[in-house]
Formats: sequence, C-alpha cells, structure tokens
Amino acid sequence: MDAILFLIFAAIAVGCAINLVRQTHPIASAISLIGVMCSLAVLYLLLGAEFIAAAQVIVYAGAIMVLFIFVIMLLNAGAEPARGKSWVAPLLGLPALVALAALLAYFLFRSMPGSPAVRFGDFTLGGPRPVGEALFTKYLLPFEVTSALILIAILGAVVLARKELD
Amino acid sequence: MLPATVPLSWYLLLSAILFAIGAAGFVFRKNIITVFMSIELMLNAVNLSFVAFSYQLKQVDGHIFTFFVMVVAAAEAAVGLAIILTVFKNRATLEIDEVSSMKN
Repeated sequence: MDAILFLIFAAIAVGCAINLVRQTHPIASAISLIGVMCSLAVLYLLLGAEFIAAAQVIVYAGAIMVLFIFVIMLLNAGAEPARGKSWVAPLLGLPALVALAALLAYFLFRSMPGSPAVRFGDFTLGGPRPVGEALFTKYLLPFEVTSALILIAILGAVVLARKELD
Repeated sequence: MLPATVPLSWYLLLSAILFAIGAAGFVFRKNIITVFMSIELMLNAVNLSFVAFSYQLKQVDGHIFTFFVMVVAAAEAAVGLAIILTVFKNRATLEIDEVSSMKN
C-alpha cells in the first residue's frame, strides 16, 4: 500500500513538475505547481510529517500560489513567445536527462545501501505537539527572528508595490 | 511484484529529480514568473529531503527546518512578486532577456 501510494504521487509530482517547465502559459505552470505541492503533501503524510503536510497545503498551495495566480492575472501575462530552437536540443536533451537521472540514482543508492524502509506510522514525532514543543523551546530564537523577517518582507512589499506619490 | 514499502532513498531520488527539473526551468524559461515558480519547485524538493532525513534520524528537527523554509518562501514570494509588479510597471514586459539594464 505504501509503495503504491508513493509511486502514484511521485509520478504525479514529477509529471506536474515537467508540465510546469514545459508550459508556455504562466497560469498552466501555476496550476501544475499546485499539483506538485499537493502530491508532496501526501508524501509528507507517508513520512509521518502531519503538521508539515497541513502547512504545505495551507501555506504553499493556499497562500503562496494564490498570490502567484493573483499577480499573473493582475499583469495579464500571456503565453511566452516561441523562439528559434537549435537542432542540438532534441538530439542531446533527452539522453543527457536520462544519463543525469541514472547517475543520480547510482550515487544515491551506492551512498545509502541500507536505507530504512519507510513504513506509514513508524514516525510519530510529526504531529503538531512535538513540532510545537521543539519550535517553542529549542528553536525559540529562530522562530522569533522569523517574525522580524516577515515584518521586513511586508514592509518591503508595500514599499516596492505602492504608487508613487508626487 | 511491488514491495510493500519503499526505501528512504526513493524519496531522496524523487527530491533530486524535482530539484533538477526546477533548476532546468530556472535556466531555460524566459518568463520571469515561471522562473520564480521554478525556484519554489526547488525549495519544495529540498523540503522533501529534509522531511525524509528527519524520518531516518527519528528527530523532529528536519520538520522545523521545513517550516522555516516555508516561512522564508512566503516572504520571498511577497517581495519577489512586488519586484515583478514594479518591473512590469516600469518596462511593460515580463521577459527576463529584456530587463538588462545591469548588463555590461
């Protein structure tokens, strides 16, 4: 069951990611990115990261992607114009991609020969309670610094996007 | 037939593939918003490896790092999209090749 779920959602994630890069229209890319994020949330659940899965859907797929789509619609961004393609790209691109993936897989499996099997339910530290305890004790200072970062980001966005007053 | 469980390295491999696709999009795309979304894809791929390593080490620290990456991504999206708005207001284009004041 774990393997089936992993394979389904990994395939969806990779397919959506390739679609993101291949589409010429930004809206199609944004929808594909939402697909990647939602399938990654399911993979987080399989790894026992319940809180992170919920935050992924709410913060990433919800807030950040809505911001992206809002800006795309605001700017009325159209499709990217096609430009002249070189003849090298189809000839070398796919073999290079396959070679890169094979190389990556080879080194990953060689460096981690006895990697543990992922069983759903083995990792119980991913709920809101352990995450919150770690966040407010061990990582309290970074958490507080984060609030300053958000404040600065809000100020920066407001300053950058406001209308010039004459 | 399929094994009942998958080894952890498959998650890392998926993370590497997603990161590579994101990096390719970052290099090849010409639309500034699509480039920005490729960066978000790379951040997501790194998050997946953080969570996978957290599973392997039986510690919650990787989740905290993922949380911080999400916060930084949110801040980055807010500021970056404001910059894109300003660029579009000043130049009426979203092509990164045409925004080249700092070239040479």
